[in-house]
Amino acid sequence: MTELRRTLARQRYLLDHTVASMTRRRARNLGLLLVYAAMVFLLASVLFYSSALKHEAALLLAEAPDIVVQRMVAGRHALISGQHAQTLRGIRGVRAAEGRLWGYHYDPAVRANYTLLVPPGAGIEPGTAVIGPALARARGAESGDVLGFRGHDGTLRPFQIAAVLPQESALASADLFLVAESDFRALFGIPDGQYTDLALQIPNPREERTVAEKVREALPDSRPILRDEMLRTYDAVFDWRSALVLLPLSGTLLAFAILAWEKASGLSADERREIGILKAIGWETGDVLAMKLWESGLLSLLAFLFGTAAAYWHVFGLSAPLLAPVMQGWSVLYPDFRLTPAIDATQLLALFFLTVLPYLAATLVPVWRAAVTDPDEVMR
Amino acid sequence: MMVQTPILALLLADLLGLLLLIPAGLFALQVLRHWDPSSGHARQLRLEKRTHLVAAILGLVFLAQLLALPLFVHAVDRMALQIVGAMCAVGTLNANPWGLPALLLRIGLFFLAAAWLLMHRMDRRAPDYPLIRAKYGLVLLILPLAVVTAGTQLAFFLQLDPDVITSCCGSLFSQDSESVAAHMAGLPALPTMIALYGTIGLALAAAGVYLRWRRGLLLFGTLAALSFPVAIAAIVAFLSLYVYEHPLHHCPFCLLQPEYGRIGYALYLPLFVATALGIGLAFTSAFAQREGLRAVLARAAPPLVVAAATGLALFAALTAWLSWQSNLILLGY
Repeated sequence: MTELRRTLARQRYLLDHTVASMTRRRARNLGLLLVYAAMVFLLASVLFYSSALKHEAALLLAEAPDIVVQRMVAGRHALISGQHAQTLRGIRGVRAAEGRLWGYHYDPAVRANYTLLVPPGAGIEPGTAVIGPALARARGAESGDVLGFRGHDGTLRPFQIAAVLPQESALASADLFLVAESDFRALFGIPDGQYTDLALQIPNPREERTVAEKVREALPDSRPILRDEMLRTYDAVFDWRSALVLLPLSGTLLAFAILAWEKASGLSADERREIGILKAIGWETGDVLAMKLWESGLLSLLAFLFGTAAAYWHVFGLSAPLLAPVMQGWSVLYPDFRLTPAIDATQLLALFFLTVLPYLAATLVPVWRAAVTDPDEVMR
Repeated sequence: MMVQTPILALLLADLLGLLLLIPAGLFALQVLRHWDPSSGHARQLRLEKRTHLVAAILGLVFLAQLLALPLFVHAVDRMALQIVGAMCAVGTLNANPWGLPALLLRIGLFFLAAAWLLMHRMDRRAPDYPLIRAKYGLVLLILPLAVVTAGTQLAFFLQLDPDVITSCCGSLFSQDSESVAAHMAGLPALPTMIALYGTIGLALAAAGVYLRWRRGLLLFGTLAALSFPVAIAAIVAFLSLYVYEHPLHHCPFCLLQPEYGRIGYALYLPLFVATALGIGLAFTSAFAQREGLRAVLARAAPPLVVAAATGLALFAALTAWLSWQSNLILLGY
């Protein structure tokens, strides 16, 4: 035990000395700390943001239908008829097959696409609409106002806003425009009995794959999409986007490593004298090396803490204003939402590997060079 | 290839590690050939100066190796979401033939890196570098392993495509498949239990003997190291069944999932620490007859032995408790 206590005490004294010596060169160390923390901040923001988006996507998709069936014509998504739904209801394992109606509408007034959707069930009176919060903001619309759209045939169709959706569900509902079925068909000229796609309910998740195969057999021109596949795709897309943002940053990483090398090897005359004196009064090479490693370690720790804390605040406090346009997608009506903090150990560990490891590796050789200098060489 | 941040981090760590390890390996060759503390030759002085650098480099690389294993497992586990049919890390590892070898190599590297760090600690406390040749010999053993690990892992990640259909843990650990993992699943529960508690019991006894009479360190280290494969076999053969309360679910990775309270971390952490300490102590004690080392070992080894024995005891206790509180009955009355 005394052995351990002695080692700890020794390291504490070394740390003490290191901190004192670092504060003596405050400007230099602060500059390096700033650059270092900024780099950690950038990488951490990307990581936190993509994982938070994945988290949101998973939450959203939990509500999605088990299987979506689309009809394909010449490789393009086409309308599907109600008869198809009838056929699919006959497949064993399918509890329900509902036709869905949804589409996009470009509004030249705000230069943005709305998502028009007919909610399941008879929720909305013909002639009225329920709109998403971002859309309401963009058009300055409130409940009771009237919004008009030009339909497929050029006639103007007014909708009275019955309600604005709450802010909580913004990621999914920002640009939503919920209308009644008859209005939707009239606006886009979709005949009765035709739907955008079909949503299947499969009570037993183990049967999803088999049901999907049977759907392909029964309707060869259709494309069944499983909820799992959507989830997987979103997950892959967000991972891919975050890696795409990170890859150009790797150049920054290299530049930073070079900076660290430079800073560590450009010993000032003061520092050289300090090391010379330390060695002259009996410090061994190992001690000087330990002191210098403490210096790198402390700097890394501080930069890592500051960088991740700032990134956390940037992503979960401010909703990542620096990253949102790249990572979210190409929509114009951005949802204004707060992300739920979702961080796991993998990200922090990966971040450590991407930032601290290159820094420590880059400073090792210069640090050692400083540590092995002979006292007579520098004090002369 | 899947482009993902943890993958990029692991590849970077391996690349940096190799960049640093290869010159360290060349230096190790020089040490093995020319190291002679009694000589005042310029070459010896140069070697002594440089050994500080190489030791610091190796310390960094091996510490990174220790962290790379959990990152690898966690990342692979997380990727299962993007691979059809994969439900946990096993599905991802099974997506191509490089997966399981990459994991096994990573585990091997983890233990050797830990052993090196422990030997280095011991060596530094003695004034005359008693372990320097052994230490650098070990580096020469680790270097090719690190190269192979990096290559295997790279091949695994390059060939890993989302959406490749893989057998999930259910089919990998089914009784009729012929792979090693399946073989573990085939081990009957009672003999595996006896082997597990027997090995750990013997190791704890050896620890007691060492702490009382300062003898048998090599034996303890070997037994602690041996506990690892036995413990993994036990997890696959019966412990996972008790935890999942399912007579056919043998997966050792699902233990890490939140559904099971992440109990795997509580099991694997003490086990890995104990095994790493055991391997390090076994390596070190193989050279214990050296004069300088004997004194160092007498001072430094007992707390490490206590730590390793505690880890093993914790693992055994947790295993016993999990088996006892489970609703699954594997052994008839």
